[in-house]
Amino acid sequence: MTIALSRDSELSAERAEARERIYAMPLEELNPADPDHYPTGDMHVIFERLRHEDPVHFTAAEHAGDLGHYWSLTKWEDIQAADSNHELFSAEGIVALNRPLTAEEAAAPYNDGTMTPEEMEVIRARGSRSLLSMDPPDHEAHRGAVSEGVSPANLSAMEPLIRERAGAILDGLPIGEEFDWVDKVSVELTAMTLATLFDYPQEKRRQLTHWSNVFTSQPGPGMPAETQEEKNAARREWFVVLLDIIHRRRSEEPRLDFLSLMAHSPHSQNFTEAEMLGDGGVLLVGGNDTTRNTISGSVYALSKNPEENAKLRANPKLIPSMVSETIRWQTPLTHMARRTTRDVEIRGKLIPKGDRVVMWYVSGNRDEDKIENAAEYIIDRKNPRHHLSFGFGIHRCLGNKLAELQLRVIWEEMLARFPEINVIGEPERSHSRFIKGYETMTVVIPRRN
Amino acid sequence: MEVTFVLQDGTSQTVEAEDGWKLMEVAVDNAVPGIDGDCGGEAACATCHVFVAPEWRAVTGERTAPEQDMLASTFGVREDSRLACQIRTSSALDGLVVEVVGS
Repeated sequence: MTIALSRDSELSAERAEARERIYAMPLEELNPADPDHYPTGDMHVIFERLRHEDPVHFTAAEHAGDLGHYWSLTKWEDIQAADSNHELFSAEGIVALNRPLTAEEAAAPYNDGTMTPEEMEVIRARGSRSLLSMDPPDHEAHRGAVSEGVSPANLSAMEPLIRERAGAILDGLPIGEEFDWVDKVSVELTAMTLATLFDYPQEKRRQLTHWSNVFTSQPGPGMPAETQEEKNAARREWFVVLLDIIHRRRSEEPRLDFLSLMAHSPHSQNFTEAEMLGDGGVLLVGGNDTTRNTISGSVYALSKNPEENAKLRANPKLIPSMVSETIRWQTPLTHMARRTTRDVEIRGKLIPKGDRVVMWYVSGNRDEDKIENAAEYIIDRKNPRHHLSFGFGIHRCLGNKLAELQLRVIWEEMLARFPEINVIGEPERSHSRFIKGYETMTVVIPRRN
Repeated sequence: MEVTFVLQDGTSQTVEAEDGWKLMEVAVDNAVPGIDGDCGGEAACATCHVFVAPEWRAVTGERTAPEQDMLASTFGVREDSRLACQIRTSSALDGLVVEVVGS
């Protein structure tokens, strides 16, 4: 106990220093997209300062690492307005804020080893195409092709399956000894759901998790892909597998998994292979990290906020509200990015046509002008559903109800089994500007009910 | 005035409404299940999707432009689909019946 305490206070001294440093920096040097800020939580300090001093913030290329220049929206109202205005803020070819791909990287999924540099350049110039990186009318064809996979009727049918799996996972957990909650529970349940959504063999479900992890991380030592070559190879592998499944589904009876829906959609005859890859990737990532990290986040937040934990255990009817509050507080995807279709003025700042604009949900969700005590985790707050984490407008999260369903069900099953779940130390957080999550989180469950 | 929401389980909930509110707000204030109103009434989330019977179409009006965009991306949309946040309550709506679609 003494050790844990002294470690916490050390950490907070370090964070206090980071806070001073952030507030002492010239505003124009602030680069909220630097992934180094995320494992420590320091991005919250940057966003707090930006919301007060420079809510529509420009980061010049010289301060943006390898990203190139971009704009940040940090206030709730601006984010919601931009997200809801697809005519002014186009999603064409863009999902998140990333460094521009090289031709070789862009072409990697399609490259069987015989592509010329010119062919790769054509693919790079085309940019990414997916339901999340398209404007109307194409967007409707692509979203419409797969949306039935998470329709209310289909979710109702999936609930007993999710409950059974959640129960089996929880029943298999060790009691009285430390284990990694992320791997044993959060990844396991969401990987099973993902395999169901894609009707992918359950025994190979972790492959889906692995691909998604590779796609959303920068290659490096200790990362899901250690090198760019490894990442390129994984993207190629996924592309080949995905297309093979879609082709097979075309000769099978229509079912409700995403790939069967895509294969049989009347629109999909016109989908290019690159678009199917894009759609598949969005559905894969969308169903993977988000729910997984919110499950881990709920266990973390409740362990660190004993009063909230007590409220939940005294009144399990608070589960749905706790789930929404965790989705806000965690904000598992920190942002989405768009490109302006003409010059736009926001709060006196002129954003030129064609610039990238980042809608920082992670900042809007902490905006005190919109949410009282926004930094606090309060499971019975008023209007818990009012958060930016699913985005707004036509690109709003397709799987939001499935995410809420999985969170609700696993907590119903957890409350039925375990009187307490204790997080030991601090979790290892993801080094990512996009995925706000946990790599590992050690917990102990002292006993069963 | 009174407005009736036919719920997804087939039962009905009739509530009192005052003039000048968004129909979504009336539903949320009365905890009508299936109407969430996540975006606060900006036609940006489709969590207040309802079916409006043809005979009420004249008084509930036509879809707004952002509503039209949103419904184009929503599952289970029919010709009589509306977002309840884009319908203003007025005495002309007394006795209105809408069916909650859920999302």
